[in-house]
Amino acid sequence: MKFSKLLAVGALSLSALISSVQAAESVKVGVLHSLSGTMAISETSLRDILLFTFDEINAKGGVLGKKIEPVVVDGASDWPLFAEKAKQLLEQDEVAVTFGCWTSVSRKSVLPVYEKNNGLLFYPVQYEGEEESQNVFYTAEAVNQQATPAVDYLLEQGYTKFYLLGTDYVYPQTTNLVLLEYLLSKGVPIENIGGGFRRDGDGDVISAGKYTGFGHTDYQQIISEIKQFAAGGDTAVISTLNGDTNVPFFKEYAAAGLSAETCPVVSFSISEDEFRGLPADQLVGQLGCWTYFQSIESPANEKFVADFQAWLAKSNVTGLVKEGRVTCSPMVLSYAGVYLWKAAVEKAGSFDVDKVRMALKSGLSFDGPGGTVTTQPNMHLTKNVFIGETKANGQFEILEEFEGVYGEPWLKGKFK
Amino acid sequence: MIAQPDNSRLKTELIIAGMIAFFMLVVMPILNAQGIISNFTINLWGKYLSYALLAISVDLLWGYTGLLSLGQALFFTLGGYMHGMYLMRMIGDLGQYQQPIPDFLVFLGWTELPNFWKPFSSFPFAFGMVLLVPGIVAGIFGFFAFRSRIKGVYFSILTQALTYAAAIMFFRNNLLLGGNNGFTDFKFILGFDILSATTQRWLYIATGVTLLGVYALCRWLSKTKFGLVQRAIRDGENRVLFSGYAAADYKLFVFVLSAMIASVAGALYVPQVGIINPGEMVPAKSLEAVVWVAVGGRGTLVGPIIGAIFINVLKSWAARAFPDLWLFLLGGLFILVVIFLPGGLVSLPERLRPVWAKIRSWFPSRAVAVTAPADSDSNPTKLN
Repeated sequence: MKFSKLLAVGALSLSALISSVQAAESVKVGVLHSLSGTMAISETSLRDILLFTFDEINAKGGVLGKKIEPVVVDGASDWPLFAEKAKQLLEQDEVAVTFGCWTSVSRKSVLPVYEKNNGLLFYPVQYEGEEESQNVFYTAEAVNQQATPAVDYLLEQGYTKFYLLGTDYVYPQTTNLVLLEYLLSKGVPIENIGGGFRRDGDGDVISAGKYTGFGHTDYQQIISEIKQFAAGGDTAVISTLNGDTNVPFFKEYAAAGLSAETCPVVSFSISEDEFRGLPADQLVGQLGCWTYFQSIESPANEKFVADFQAWLAKSNVTGLVKEGRVTCSPMVLSYAGVYLWKAAVEKAGSFDVDKVRMALKSGLSFDGPGGTVTTQPNMHLTKNVFIGETKANGQFEILEEFEGVYGEPWLKGKFK
Repeated sequence: MIAQPDNSRLKTELIIAGMIAFFMLVVMPILNAQGIISNFTINLWGKYLSYALLAISVDLLWGYTGLLSLGQALFFTLGGYMHGMYLMRMIGDLGQYQQPIPDFLVFLGWTELPNFWKPFSSFPFAFGMVLLVPGIVAGIFGFFAFRSRIKGVYFSILTQALTYAAAIMFFRNNLLLGGNNGFTDFKFILGFDILSATTQRWLYIATGVTLLGVYALCRWLSKTKFGLVQRAIRDGENRVLFSGYAAADYKLFVFVLSAMIASVAGALYVPQVGIINPGEMVPAKSLEAVVWVAVGGRGTLVGPIIGAIFINVLKSWAARAFPDLWLFLLGGLFILVVIFLPGGLVSLPERLRPVWAKIRSWFPSRAVAVTAPADSDSNPTKLN
């Protein structure tokens, strides 16, 4: 009896000792993505790439000699839950940094939490801008790192008419307003911009383009409108349609006799990863625009893709999908985010958020799979932009590259 | 099927409820102020308690009147939006654009406040709207639904459609209520910093006090003749009709009352979680609340509170401890409770009694000691 008690006490103190040693040698890092609910299909890939990155860094000795200890939580596509989990990561787990969020609404939900606790969040997915928090580092594509380069490309190819179409939320609304200004500034007459406008009392445009709700399925009428608009030729559709709605849209598009030759669609929300759930053969020839494509031919990218596949094969993370995996821009921006944070911590010599932020603002570079990216004082990222054409296997053939595009969050009114 | 507590059991329930209320409303806030209970925990419990309020509103309809509404999330969210509008006004010009109107209005090209927003700068007005708007919506919907004698599964489907339609409407930016993003980044409530530990503690206390009040109200209501008619409607609506009672009016009253309770719950929820958006209105959210009630034990008032807190504590814990598997855990639990514990968690002591008796019978010497107080316990009932 006594002996067993002694043993128990000994075991307890030993385990306490081990965990305290571990604590000293590791640094907690939060991973805040939806692993269930509607966004899980996209966000789980980001969780996977983050765990891969942590393993890669830990294998090389960690950050400032400390191993990264990931704290993974499920935001469950539930925006108030995102705020709760962010609070937990910052106040209970006291993580040094968080990598997370996909939708703008989840970012908006956690933002006050990060600002109040002076935390640091790395946000990796294309977004509408109009925000510049000191507690968020946006590795994400700003509108001028996706939409305006795409328009530059289309203009260069001789397209003269543009139809704007999107899902009704803040990212498409902002993108289209910026695009309207940009197209006008490039000399495109307003009657060559399709989708319709909403004006306020003074006649100023407050909303440009055609919008459908989340999960919208009936695109017949809109497509006949596009067909009419595109009748003169030299027309392109600029689509910010989100997720599932792309399936009925492209189905209907092909059925109406429209194609990439007659009227190409450039989409900003479809990456390689989305093709795991979309029929790529219906999108052949349509355009995409991101700051990374898996098809980039560089030693860095080939190594990255091969290493990720190797990690997938041997990893035993619960719920990990191993077959048919690809890499895409949000994943690479998550990957780059971790390395930039590591570089900033090492430059600052500390995990302290204020010091790390200062290092981040000083212009750190990382040579990643998408080429060199450099941090900016406005907490955004300078990176290369690529235009790609969809192939039947769900990959993109790169048509054009814009090098070193500066990330600019405040674009509304800039091109007037 | 669901037994009503007799007086002695009611007394026990009230004593236990009083003790828990004292602990939650007095002891916990004091411990929080002393730094023993973290702000995170208090904030989390504030959220659970507002969920418990929502669960009571579901139970009032489902457990006591036999109306399974899948639209309670609509009223919850409406309350959140009404209060949210006030909170948005209190941001002042501290938003991203530093304009005196909410950010999303600037974004949509507005330079001044739309007229329907103007009165929401007043807290009393917003609070009035928290009660009035869902009350009116429920009143109109209920009037037509109950007059047409829509009941059972048809009522459930209709309420579900109602909340779904409202969600689609609220997703639209044209409604000028923030679209998909809804309202967030609140700064002040009644002049206090909304994120400060003290404000959050008082919000927690306010939620607890409201829950206690609503519990007492429903307890009282269930003891009145009204409560009797309510349960009669649940158990045999036709007989109630033939006895000359206007069942539709009773149902309408309960529907409106429960909409208001759900709405107040939503209004208390929003400043504690810091966001309200149309995602809270989807039918799945209403279903979640029904699950809390089913797990806790419907038709009992205590059950829904226990169910809401139990499931959400579990959810908070499991989403961190098992981020990949927690949904299976929750789903499995729900199936188990429905199959093996149809009366919900509150019926657990009752169900365990025979098991306990069996265990006692294995230890004959102790059995006497345990039975004696049990006997004296039941005596007062007989005296009553």
